[in-house]
Amino acid sequence: MAQVSSIEDENAPNLLSTSKSVLLRISRFNPESDDSSKFMEFTVSYEKWTTVLEAILDVKKHHDHSVAVRYSCRQATCGSCGMLINGKPRLACFTKISELDSNVVTVEPMNNFPVIRDLAVKFERLFETHQKIKPYLINENSELESDEREFLQSPKEVEQYIQFANCIKCGLCNSACPTMSTDSSFVGPQALAQAYRYVADSRDKGKDTRLDIIDESHGIWRCHFAGSCSQVCPKGVDPAMGIQFLRGYLLGFRS
Amino acid sequence: MKESTIMKIHYGTALASVGLVAVHILMRLTTGFADSLSYENVLANYRSVPYVIMLELILILLAVHGFNGLRVILLELKQGRVYEKAVSYGVVIGMIALIGYGSRTIIMTNMGMV
Repeated sequence: MAQVSSIEDENAPNLLSTSKSVLLRISRFNPESDDSSKFMEFTVSYEKWTTVLEAILDVKKHHDHSVAVRYSCRQATCGSCGMLINGKPRLACFTKISELDSNVVTVEPMNNFPVIRDLAVKFERLFETHQKIKPYLINENSELESDEREFLQSPKEVEQYIQFANCIKCGLCNSACPTMSTDSSFVGPQALAQAYRYVADSRDKGKDTRLDIIDESHGIWRCHFAGSCSQVCPKGVDPAMGIQFLRGYLLGFRS
Repeated sequence: MKESTIMKIHYGTALASVGLVAVHILMRLTTGFADSLSYENVLANYRSVPYVIMLELILILLAVHGFNGLRVILLELKQGRVYEKAVSYGVVIGMIALIGYGSRTIIMTNMGMV
């Protein structure tokens, strides 16, 4: 099923506009009624600042409102609009069409996630594994009472984990991970990076508990260090590095 | 056994194997390579006790490392409680069988039964 149309036709002509057009191919799939996914094609105009999410929303507004896409903040903060854009996991709101350097933009749902419909995927497994590693400070003294001061940390101590605290749970790293595609029980780079985030936090006392959780047959040791998780993270988190640091703890190189 | 303990054994056996197999290959170069593989020379190797101990160690190290590698591959290929138990027990049995058969060859040759 292919539909070719132009959003530009519907807009009032703007002589100052520098807009170009691109072919947007959107994967359509409804698991309740379809056997396989198919692509719908739309010609959309874009400016150099137009994001892929804006192009998809234009399609929804002008051509086919039934395209399913999850989004919220439009500023790479909520982690909702992860999808495969020209084969690579990216945030649609954080990817400009002009940066893709292609006349065709293909959008598909993320790999390694069950599809709800079209571009929207289920995040249950991501949230389950995230929850499993206890993503909070474990410290008996964490309940502050009056006259107590908050935990103090030196800049050096903050540096140990701060980049890992930037994770927005968008799932791009899990989508890019080759182990996630074959091992349905693998804990995944997102959860492992978050395990490191709390293990490395000087305020946290739950290191042994977390290391026990990830030290199982489908835990940290199933990572093959492909590094694709770190390549696709839109927030600059390096899960592959966090995983190697965690292995250091388990092998006795770090304490 | 904890997975980290298994992986420590996995890495340890790999490193030790590299060392011992290097010695094993260097021993092939003490005479000409083809000569070292002649029937008499091979039997002579088996009858040298230090060399036989090294061969036995290589056999154990490679069997442990190889079968654990196979376990990891199989666990990533498919998941399920029964399947994973079968894989774990299967590789241990395979490991013991291979070490047993290899040791039998080493012992029989060393004792002059071949």
